[in-house]
Amino acid sequence: MLDNLIIFVLATFIGREVISKVPQTLHTPLMSGSNAISGITIVGALVVAGMVGGVWAKWLGFVALVAATINVVGGFLVTDRMLQMFKRKE
Amino acid sequence: MLTALIDIAYLVAAILFIFGLKRLQSPATARRGNQLAAVGMLIAVVATLFLHDILTPAEMVGGLVLGGAIGAVLARKVEMTGMPELVAAFNGFGGLASALVAGAEVAKFITQHGEPAGAGEVFDLVTALTIGLSVLIGMVTFSGSFVAFGKLSGRVSGNPIAFPGMRVLTVLLALGALVGIGYTMAGAGDFPAVTEPVVYGTTGLMAAALLLGVLLVIPIGGADMPVVVALLNSYSGLAAAATGFVLDNTALIVSGALVGASGLILTKIMCVAMNRSLLNVLLGGFGGEALEGGGPAGALEGKTVHATTPEDVAILLSYAQQVIIVPGYGMAVAQAQHQVRELAELLQEKGVTVKFAIHPVAGRMPGHMNVLLAEANVPYDQLFEMDEINGEFDNTDVALVIGANDVVNPAARHDKSSPIYGMPILNVDHARTAIVLKRSMRPGYAGIENELFYNENTQMLFGDAKESLTKLIAEVKALS
Repeated sequence: MLDNLIIFVLATFIGREVISKVPQTLHTPLMSGSNAISGITIVGALVVAGMVGGVWAKWLGFVALVAATINVVGGFLVTDRMLQMFKRKE
Repeated sequence: MLTALIDIAYLVAAILFIFGLKRLQSPATARRGNQLAAVGMLIAVVATLFLHDILTPAEMVGGLVLGGAIGAVLARKVEMTGMPELVAAFNGFGGLASALVAGAEVAKFITQHGEPAGAGEVFDLVTALTIGLSVLIGMVTFSGSFVAFGKLSGRVSGNPIAFPGMRVLTVLLALGALVGIGYTMAGAGDFPAVTEPVVYGTTGLMAAALLLGVLLVIPIGGADMPVVVALLNSYSGLAAAATGFVLDNTALIVSGALVGASGLILTKIMCVAMNRSLLNVLLGGFGGEALEGGGPAGALEGKTVHATTPEDVAILLSYAQQVIIVPGYGMAVAQAQHQVRELAELLQEKGVTVKFAIHPVAGRMPGHMNVLLAEANVPYDQLFEMDEINGEFDNTDVALVIGANDVVNPAARHDKSSPIYGMPILNVDHARTAIVLKRSMRPGYAGIENELFYNENTQMLFGDAKESLTKLIAEVKALS
């Protein structure tokens, strides 16, 4: 628990350092990209969906898996679509 | 050995996320950054799939394919103007997933036959607390995001919605959620032998959090949506991190913390851009279409506006040295960004310097306007942020305001009674002439009159932004 807390706090600082330098132009892609990253819950969903135990656990996990995958796939694709438009024009 | 491999894969994923986000610092490297992050996610998923011996392949692949297909279709079909609501919806799915994973952690102890499946594992106080937090944040993110989705897409009124006793109900629900967590924790020691307290506590918490999310977002007006979207983004990260605590999974904790931080930073930027405190935003009530159809009748006392024609504006623009274009959501709604770009190019061919001034809260989410203009191929080095360009309006011949309202209202500078007093604005009124393209005199999202429209050196070009711009382009062409 304490280890996890330490990791959490340190990661927050890294996040702050990295993200506070992102220019306003890229705030929307930043948001949709980081949103896709929050879909990392997909890993947790996979773990619980695969559990051989309770039926309830499995179904909750399955719905979680679908929701998380929508978030991840949709999020990265839509961010890519946006960023494609930011190529340098000549 | 297997566990170590999985952990290394998660570490690699986390590193890729950090590098990916870092590359978002420049438009030139941003796309590659996003792809790096996506690869990181793929590594995390593949490692989980292949290295965890928990596979029931059909269901997993089914879930991945189904979710992936839905996500891909939505991402391909969305219009750039519809981006904010899509991001809000994706956000909601992320929150839901986090809450359900935490719920499944409880459910795994219960089988159909009453035999605990998670025997051997301990369900202690800390587990109960982390599960509670994960469910709470995840569910609030889920329902809150979908209310935001409804507001942004116009399915729910953009007005602040309130009813008598709502604050009280919100507080009661929040307390109820805490009681649910407390009840779960109290029963944690006996679980899974005695299931009721934990199961009822968690189920009650889910329901309370679901309602809480709705009640927290419906009283917030449309003008504050950029803040809400940013805040919910932060919540979805925190939900993922909380789930990481539940599962003791470093990948989730690190990624969740990154997203939580990014959302909070954007929330702060948006609040500063509107000179509003976060608390102020959350208490709601600001914005909306309060003054329905308030045509010229709702005008400021004793003042008149000067209407103009495309011909006159074309002449003014063509002989200007410098023109600053101020795009707002009115431009986005009319889908006029392509006409704006065409007009800018025409003027540049005539030797006019054209710049775009972007207010941080123009659009419906942070940086939304930049995306809309990028879609129309406006080079991003012509886009200037408020602080960079505000000094230049004094040396500008024409400021062309297209569908922007509150962000150019001089009342923000001097009218202490105005709800937008103190909000940093674009100094459009400092330009020699300001041309405002607008459908009618209807106020903007903050629902207040704009005194810029009544200034001596302001001219109004009424009509749909797209039609007005098409006429303007034709007139400018005719001049050469």
